Amino acid sequence: MSPTNRTVVVTGIGATTPLGGDSASTWEALLAGRSGVRPLEQDWAAELPVRIAAQIAVEPGTVIPRPQARKLDRSAQFALIAAREAWADAGFTAPAGEDPSVDPNRLGTVMASGIGGLTTLLAQYDILLQQGFRKVSPHTVPMLMPNSPAANVSIDVNARAGAHTPVSACASGAEAIGYGIEMIRTGRADVVVAGGTEAVIHPLPIAAFGNMMAMSKNNDDPHGASRPYDTGRDGFVMGEGAGVVILESVEHARARGARIYCEAVGQGVSSDAHHITQPEPTGRGIAAALQHLLDTSDVKPAEIVHVNAHATSTPQGDVAEIKALRQIFGDDVDHMAVSATKSMTGHLLGGAGGIESVSTVLALHRRLAPPTINLAEQDPEADADIVTDKPRPLPEGTIVALNDSFGFGGHNVVLAFRSVD
Amino acid sequence: MATKEEIVSGLADIVNEIAGIPAEDVQLDKSFTDDLDVDSLSMVEVVVAAEEQFGVKIPDDDVKNLKTVGDAVDYILNAQVA
Repeated sequence: MSPTNRTVVVTGIGATTPLGGDSASTWEALLAGRSGVRPLEQDWAAELPVRIAAQIAVEPGTVIPRPQARKLDRSAQFALIAAREAWADAGFTAPAGEDPSVDPNRLGTVMASGIGGLTTLLAQYDILLQQGFRKVSPHTVPMLMPNSPAANVSIDVNARAGAHTPVSACASGAEAIGYGIEMIRTGRADVVVAGGTEAVIHPLPIAAFGNMMAMSKNNDDPHGASRPYDTGRDGFVMGEGAGVVILESVEHARARGARIYCEAVGQGVSSDAHHITQPEPTGRGIAAALQHLLDTSDVKPAEIVHVNAHATSTPQGDVAEIKALRQIFGDDVDHMAVSATKSMTGHLLGGAGGIESVSTVLALHRRLAPPTINLAEQDPEADADIVTDKPRPLPEGTIVALNDSFGFGGHNVVLAFRSVD
Repeated sequence: MATKEEIVSGLADIVNEIAGIPAEDVQLDKSFTDDLDVDSLSMVEVVVAAEEQFGVKIPDDDVKNLKTVGDAVDYILNAQVA
């Protein structure tokens, strides 16, 4: 295989989510169909039209020592927790930089968020107004800069082949993993720590997303609020957390005897060029991303058996995605078990592609597609086989699963993973 | 006016809060950077907290001269008199 077309595999996973403090507890909750959505009990939420969110299950302050945590935005804290789990899960030892099985100059990080260190910015602005400039934290800039999670993870694992932060709203996490695949495929790195993180549960973004009419106002039924494909869906529920994968060239993984979850086959990418927030209603842009995947990889529609859909529980977006799948895959969609895990995790924005890739990798590895909860009456326009109620076994043999992520601005990213024997 | 012992004790609590170093390890001969895990950004936090606690002003230009806990204690003692 030429050095510019190397095979990439996934050798580690990590997560901290509204469902659990690691990938194992998150996966268990996904299979059990548990909702991570809870009422916002903070005082600031009392007057907001949206008073629910999928808040993190394990507070990062209980995991990261306080002297380090106080210099990190919450989004970077999540990223570090998920990255450390993934790093250990891949069989690397700590301290990371001293692990002899990976050359720091061949190790990269790609960590994305959609919005960056927003809560740090807002908290420090409050301090500026209330206490004056002298009390503004000298750590403010390195905390709020969007590349902070990538940089902090690179320091943590001693990654010197590059630390990158693609930003594309809710497609950011998937774009980060796609970027990591390309770094290895093109020979820039042998191992990449890649994923997405987000932490913006704060009155300002909730008010702003709420005023866009993008969020569910089903405050009386938090567990039932995120209901992708259901006729009663009324918007997304904000989530927070991070998901990370360890990507590795197959040669490197085999040389060190690593456990291989699956192949990271590639990505399909496009942009809608339609509207800054509205999905293109026919699914044209998403279809272009799916076509791009088929054109640039060896993925065949016949082998795709599972789709972790973007499906945020908004009236327009959920349907546009299914239309695009039909447009490109036709009747092959009938053998794809479609799961909308945001029904349980809420929408982690830039973290979504991270945790949903973790879910997709585990679905292939365990051959189980997680359910979609709250689907009481399926929207007839969402013409696909949605996995409801309980996990669905996936077939034997070589199978492919997709993870779709789309972001405000019309960013479309489709990641493809394939089982390994 | 705080005594020398009170200033050492106050700085120890501040360093403990900011860097997580046990207060009893914050001794006069200790270097903020080399011994107490206080980098240049965290040093600004230490200075701002010390200014507030001891009612003194420590201009940015003087902060670079405060290499050890003893340097900071002497500076604060003098600043209180001035």
